[in-house]
Amino acid sequence: MSISRRDFLMSTLKVAVASALPLSAFKFLSPAEAKAAVEAANVRWGFIVDTYKCVGCGFCVKACKIENEIPYDAPVTRTWVERYLILKDGRMVADTPLGGRDGFTELKIQDEVIEPKEVAKAYFVPKLCNQCENPPCVQVCPVGATYQTADGVVLIDRTWCIGCGYCIMACPYGVRFFHPVYKVAEKCTFCYHRISKGMKTACVDACPFGARKIGNLKDPNDPVTKTIMTERVAVLKDEYGTKPQVYYIGLDENVR
Amino acid sequence: MTEAWTYPEALWTVKDLFVYPNEYIYWSIQIVMYPLMTGLVAGAFVLSSLYHVFGLEDLKDMAKFSLVFSFALLIVAPMPLMFHLQQPLRGMEVFFTPHFTSAISAFGIVFFSYSIIVATEIWFVYRKFFVEQSIALKGKDGIGNSLKQLLYSVLTLGAYDIGEKALHKDEKAIKILAGIGIPVACFLHGYAGFIFGSVKANALWMTPLMPVIFIMSAIVSGIALCMFTYIVIMEWKKFRIKTSRKSWEVTAADVGGAEIDLIKNTSRYLVGFMIAAITLEILDLVFRGYTAVKSWEILRSVIYGKDFVDIFILQYGFGNLLPFLMLVIPGLTIRRTTLALILVIFGVFMMRWNVVIGGQAFSLSFAGYMHYKLPFIPDSIEMYKEGFFGALTIALMPFGLFWVINKFIPSLKYHK
Ligand code: SF4
Ligand code: SF4
Repeated sequence: MSISRRDFLMSTLKVAVASALPLSAFKFLSPAEAKAAVEAANVRWGFIVDTYKCVGCGFCVKACKIENEIPYDAPVTRTWVERYLILKDGRMVADTPLGGRDGFTELKIQDEVIEPKEVAKAYFVPKLCNQCENPPCVQVCPVGATYQTADGVVLIDRTWCIGCGYCIMACPYGVRFFHPVYKVAEKCTFCYHRISKGMKTACVDACPFGARKIGNLKDPNDPVTKTIMTERVAVLKDEYGTKPQVYYIGLDENVR
Repeated sequence: MTEAWTYPEALWTVKDLFVYPNEYIYWSIQIVMYPLMTGLVAGAFVLSSLYHVFGLEDLKDMAKFSLVFSFALLIVAPMPLMFHLQQPLRGMEVFFTPHFTSAISAFGIVFFSYSIIVATEIWFVYRKFFVEQSIALKGKDGIGNSLKQLLYSVLTLGAYDIGEKALHKDEKAIKILAGIGIPVACFLHGYAGFIFGSVKANALWMTPLMPVIFIMSAIVSGIALCMFTYIVIMEWKKFRIKTSRKSWEVTAADVGGAEIDLIKNTSRYLVGFMIAAITLEILDLVFRGYTAVKSWEILRSVIYGKDFVDIFILQYGFGNLLPFLMLVIPGLTIRRTTLALILVIFGVFMMRWNVVIGGQAFSLSFAGYMHYKLPFIPDSIEMYKEGFFGALTIALMPFGLFWVINKFIPSLKYHK
C-alpha cells in the first residue's frame, strides 16, 4: 500500500491531535469539574461563634497554635480573640495581645487604663478564617496554590506556594500570614485534618464555654445549621461580597 | 515548638492602636521597586515609539537610546519580584502553572511577549549595523576581534542584505513593532496597576483609575530617566574628551555633550504627561473625599495626617510642582533640567511608595495604623533583600546592564 504525502500528513496530524487531547483535557480540569469528580458535595463546613459565651480565656488560641504547629511565640496565629470596650462617651477601644493567647489579664488597652465605670459594654470576639464561599484569596493566587475544597474549606498547598503574599493582601479579614518556619502562606483550615476524620477542630474542643461550634451546613439536622436557620446571626464584613461561612451570634456593630 | 523561626515582617512593622494580629507590612520596598521598574520600561519604550510611530523627528536621537535602555530595564523588571518572593526558586511556577483569575499570573505572558517585541525591534534597528560590523571585522587579527565578528555575524541571523529595498522593509517592520509595542507596554504597566487596583480588601488601592494612573506616571518616569541618563552619559563623554590628553586633537565643535534642543523637545512631552498623571491622581483624591465611603475616615487620617509629608510635600511638592515649574520657566538649561529630572523620578518613586506602603499604613480594622521602618543595616539576607541595599541593587542594575549592552549595540552618538 502506498500512501500519498498528503495522507501521511493528515494521519500524522490526527495522531498528534489525538495524543494532545487527553493532555489538554487533564490540564484544563476546572475546579468545578474537580468538585463534581470528588463528589463530596453533601458536606459544606460552617462555623458558629457565640460571642455571648466567650470569656476571652484564649484556650482556643493556645490549642490551635499547638495543634497546627505555629511556633508558640511567633507573632502570628491562625485564630485569635479580640477584646472590645465601648465607652460611655461612644468611643471604641479594642486589642488582641498575642492574639489573646494568654487571655486578657491586663487592664491596659491601647496603652490606656480604662476605669470600669467608663465602660458601657464590653465583649470578646474570636476570629478565624471565614472559609468564604467566594474567596478572594483563591482568586488572586497566581499559581493556584490556594484552593477551595469541595466541602468549602480553603486550603494552601505548601509545596506549591511561591510566597508572593498576594492572598494575604486580598483577604479582608487579615487571617492570612506567612508561616514562620515554612515561609509560605498560612491560615486557619478549620483543622481540615481533624474534621475530615470526624473530629472537631482543636479550638472547638478546647473552648470550655462552647463559644465555638463547627458543623455541616448541608445537613438540616446539624445543630450548627439549625442555629443559623432559626436564630439571628451575622457575618463579618459582608460588604466585600466574600460570603463568609463563620456566623456570629451577638455580633455588635462596633466589631471590625 | 522548638523549631527555629523568623518573622522579619514584625521587625519592620510598627503597630499603633487596634491592628489584627497577623497584619504586617507584607509588601515592602521591593514591591515599591517593582512598579517603578516596569513603569520605567514602559515609559522608555513609549518615548522611543513616539519617534518611530508618530514620526516626531525631534525625538530621533533619543529614540534609539531609549529603546536600548528600555531593554536593559526590562531585564531588571522581574528582579524585585524575585527578591520579594518567600520561595524565589518556585517563581517559575507563575509561567508554568498560571492561575488565570490572578492578576499576577498574566505577568509571564505579558512580559515575554513584550520582551520579544522589544528585542525584535532592536534587531531591525541594528541589523544594518550588525552586517556592517561583521563584514568590517572579518579577517582582522586578534582573538577579541574574531569573537566580536562571530557575535555580530550571529546577531545578523544570516540576513546580510542591506540594500535599499531591504532596509526600507526594516523600517516598516520597526514602525509596526513600535506600534504594537505601545499598547503592550501600556498593558504591561497598566496591569501592574491592576494588581493593586483590584484588591478589594484594600481601601486605598481599590479604584479603577489605578491602572491609568500607573501608566501615566510610568511614562513620566520613563521619559525622565531616559533624559537623565542621556544627559549624564553625554556630559561625561564631553568631560572625558575635554580632559583627556588628546583633547587638542578634537576641535571644540566636535565635542558633543547633551544637546539642549533635544532636551527641550523631550521635556515638552514630559510636562504633558506630568499634567495627565497629576490630573488623574487629583481626580482620585477628590472623588474619595467627596463620596466619603466607610473607609474614608481612616484614609483621610492617613492621607492628610500620617502620610502628609510623604504625599503632599515629597510627592506633590518636590516631585511634581517644583520640577514642573523648573521645566516650564523659559530659558531652560541643561543643569536646571537635570535637577528637575531627578526630582521627577523621585516624585514617581514617592508615588509608588505612597501607594504600596501607604496602602498598608492602616489596619483592615480601620481602627489602627502600621508604620514601615525601612531596614537599613542588612544583618540577614531577608533584611538585605527587603531593605535599602536590596532596593539600591535593583535601581543600579539597569545602568550596569546598559553599559554592557551599549558595548555591542551602541545607541549614543558621542560626536556631532
Ligand atoms: S477569610 Fe480570608 S483567607 Fe479565609 S477564605 Fe475568606 S478571604 Fe480567604
Ligand atoms: S502567597 Fe502563596 S498561596 Fe498566597 S497568593 Fe502567593 S503563591 Fe498563592
